[in-house]
Amino acid sequence: MSLRTPIKQARGLGSAKDGTAHFIAQRVSALLLIPLAIWLMCGLVGLVGADHAAATAWVAAPMNTVFLVVFLAAMFYHSELGVQVVVEDYVHTEGLKMLTLLLSKFVHILFGVAAILAVLRVSLGG
Amino acid sequence: MATRNRPLSPHVFHYRWGWTMSLSILHRSTGLILSVGTVLAALWLMALAAGPAAFAQAQAYAGHWSGRLVLFGWTLALCYHLCNGIRHLFWDAGKGFELHHARRSGAAVIISTLLLQALIWSVGYGLLGGAA
Repeated sequence: MSLRTPIKQARGLGSAKDGTAHFIAQRVSALLLIPLAIWLMCGLVGLVGADHAAATAWVAAPMNTVFLVVFLAAMFYHSELGVQVVVEDYVHTEGLKMLTLLLSKFVHILFGVAAILAVLRVSLGG
Repeated sequence: MATRNRPLSPHVFHYRWGWTMSLSILHRSTGLILSVGTVLAALWLMALAAGPAAFAQAQAYAGHWSGRLVLFGWTLALCYHLCNGIRHLFWDAGKGFELHHARRSGAAVIISTLLLQALIWSVGYGLLGGAA
């Protein structure tokens, strides 16, 4: 016997207003980021002082390109979720909260797309 | 102007501060630092795509001692957030909630953070030639 009221069933959500999707997405993206972040940090540190040709070669190497694109997507996603949680914790004025959350989402999307496109341009364009 | 001025349950100033609480707020702080830092990483990649001239300028900033310091701090934040994140994943699975466990895993996180940071910088500088 379901304890859900009809309206709750229609909405399909819990009292947090968004179910467990956010929680799961945060954890799944985190798991994906663990190996990718370690790999990326080694690569980035290795590129300190590198010239354009060397950096391009590293980014354009097929495995590096794939890892970079997946890493960037997962990272900007994970970051957006995290910032959302922090904003929801500290901002309680509804209008300001909504504005800040939207701004965060858009900034993350913009920079995420920009970064991924940059990687693709370097890798595919030459 | 907060629309809600209800009293909060006392927390920060009413409990004796433990170092594991510092680890907790550090997880949030490093997360925010990383979010800002990834914007810088995105800008660096965009400079790379823009061509040798733009990239040389970006590398001038990155190679300067202040730029290297920023990179060092960002990787340190990432190492800590990663290790403590794994600690969080164990909590999500329901393991290790006892205080003595939390203290032990907290110490392991601090040690792992430093080891991981050392590993990454030695691999980066040593094997991949980042000292140029």
